[in-house]
Amino acid sequence: MEIRETVSISHSSVMESASHRRARRRREFLIEGALLLAALVSVAATITILFVLVFESVGFFETVPLLDFLTDTLWTPLFDDPHYGILPLLAGTIVTSVVGLVVAIPVGTVSAVYLSEFASARLREIIKPVLEMLGAVPTVVYGYFALLVVTPALQWIWPELPGFNMLGPGVVIGIMILPLVISLSEDAMRAVPMMLREGSYAMGATRLQTAWRVVVPAATSGIVAAYVLGISRAVGETMVVAIAAGQNPNLTWNPMEPAATITAYIVQVALGDLPHGSIGYQSIFAAGLVLAVMTFAFNIVGHLMRKRFREVY
Amino acid sequence: MFAIECASAYRGNSDVMTRPTDSASSDSAGRNEWPKPLKAETHELSFFYGHRQVLKRVSVPIAESNITALIGPSGCGKSTFLRCFNRMHDLYPGTRYEGAIVLHPDSRNVLGREVDPIEVRMRLAMVFQKPNPFPKSVYENVAYGLRVRGVRDRRVIDEKVEQALRSAALWEEVKDQLSALGTSLSGGQQQRLCIARALATDPELLLLDEPTSALDPIATGNIEELLQDLKRRVTILIVTHNMQQAARISDWTAFMYVGELVEFGPTKRLFTTPAKKQTEDYITGRFG
Ligand SMILES: Nc1ncnc2c1ncn2[C@@H]1O[C@H](COP(=O)(O)OP(=O)(O)OP(=O)(O)O)[C@@H](O)[C@H]1O
Ligand SMILES: [Mg+2]
Repeated sequence: MEIRETVSISHSSVMESASHRRARRRREFLIEGALLLAALVSVAATITILFVLVFESVGFFETVPLLDFLTDTLWTPLFDDPHYGILPLLAGTIVTSVVGLVVAIPVGTVSAVYLSEFASARLREIIKPVLEMLGAVPTVVYGYFALLVVTPALQWIWPELPGFNMLGPGVVIGIMILPLVISLSEDAMRAVPMMLREGSYAMGATRLQTAWRVVVPAATSGIVAAYVLGISRAVGETMVVAIAAGQNPNLTWNPMEPAATITAYIVQVALGDLPHGSIGYQSIFAAGLVLAVMTFAFNIVGHLMRKRFREVY
Repeated sequence: MFAIECASAYRGNSDVMTRPTDSASSDSAGRNEWPKPLKAETHELSFFYGHRQVLKRVSVPIAESNITALIGPSGCGKSTFLRCFNRMHDLYPGTRYEGAIVLHPDSRNVLGREVDPIEVRMRLAMVFQKPNPFPKSVYENVAYGLRVRGVRDRRVIDEKVEQALRSAALWEEVKDQLSALGTSLSGGQQQRLCIARALATDPELLLLDEPTSALDPIATGNIEELLQDLKRRVTILIVTHNMQQAARISDWTAFMYVGELVEFGPTKRLFTTPAKKQTEDYITGRFG
């Protein structure tokens, strides 16, 4: 829309030959079409993924009643006596994610406040690229970091902690999403108008008071968005949990125990050679659908929160 | 982010802090009309953004329980001058003050090396050109200064908030929506909220930087009326680019031009018989 408007303005002010105009129109039509196509590709990809998930899950739910899926406390699709309760995997996903968030949210928020409100420009210029590098480390590396460094370190504190557990990978997930949380929260805080800070300082507030009482509340929408994206990543994280949490579906809320998550199960099963169309094969789509629904729900919540806090300035 | 690199050239030399002697009484600042008693005064105040000098040896008295208006064309340094009083420039690196700003009755030099800017800001309050309420409730906006000062007693805060909102002529409009977001009020209400926020801590000096420039005439009228009522309780220093406003509300007027004080005097006299040609040109609208 806007493009067209500017065009028509230049149109009236500068004379243009008819052929020229036609050529320009054609060019613009092509560009617009190309842009639309690019946008459609991502929409199409999303729709296709959802379609495949739902389609394969339908086959799954023809065999497994939805009620069993949601209430059974065992997940053993590949056993002779199969059970298809999603709860153990869901619990694993929730526990590792919550551990990750317990690490990432406080540490991330405090670091972002420090970077945005206290650090000198030079320090910030050093730290930000380092954070981005952390974000670029392959997740497999994080997985072995959890297994070989973090869990042994935790065992030093709690000797009874098993070699595979949810605590270690949870902590590592937290470390992994930290750069994202810090970077987005810091951006949100830096976007708070200087005017608000000045208002606070003028009242005699210290830097710390200004940061916590004015800047953070003013940046709430962006900070919440950072958390939500962090949650989505934690819930979807695969390699760390597949490597370091053990791969036994285990209905427990205790992070000291080993367990499998939805993603760990999917990667485990997908790597084996399951016959196409078998119930085991279909189960990964049902699990994937649950994951998709969860992430989707978080995004909606994040969106609503954003809207709620939008009118701040 | 805010490396503080401010240094005052002022060394607390006691004779600099006293009133200028009679020999200066006939100079351009109109010191024969020097008001009394004073709430504050600047003494040869200079200010630098980096190497750029924006204020040049400005000496202005601020009469207690009066309204002093600062007028001058855009870019002459009015805001810069005002922001020296509460050391707002300390928030930005590379700024430098010279000279002194003395707060009475204790003759404290605001710009002194040993003076903590927070201590100064606790005594003064500032209202900005654009309303800047915090993203908090109306109540918490007004209570902010008290909370920052560590006041916890709910009754004290309730009382102060109501009192401040009444002083800012906003109480009747917001008493039923104290928990609404301050940012949800209208522009004029927001500015009065900012005034209430500033008044809640009983400041000795209220600094206002073009507080009505973002408002419509009715909201402007409300605030002008409000300032008239307030001046009995608090000394007011207001920057305005609106000469009619200065003439209407102030007792004293300082006219600045490119970083220098051109003329200071009682508002009536300055607007009727300006002593300087530049002042006359400005107030008759020949430039600026
Ligand atoms: N942060 C800064 N760095 C460098 N120069 C600045 C800065 N802020 C203001 N100045 C300059 O200082 C001079 C005085 O600015 P100031 O904002 O005090 O003017 P003013 O009298 O308040 O003008 P207005 O009526 O437009 O608000 C201007 O020339 C301006 O360009
Ligand atoms: Mg200004």
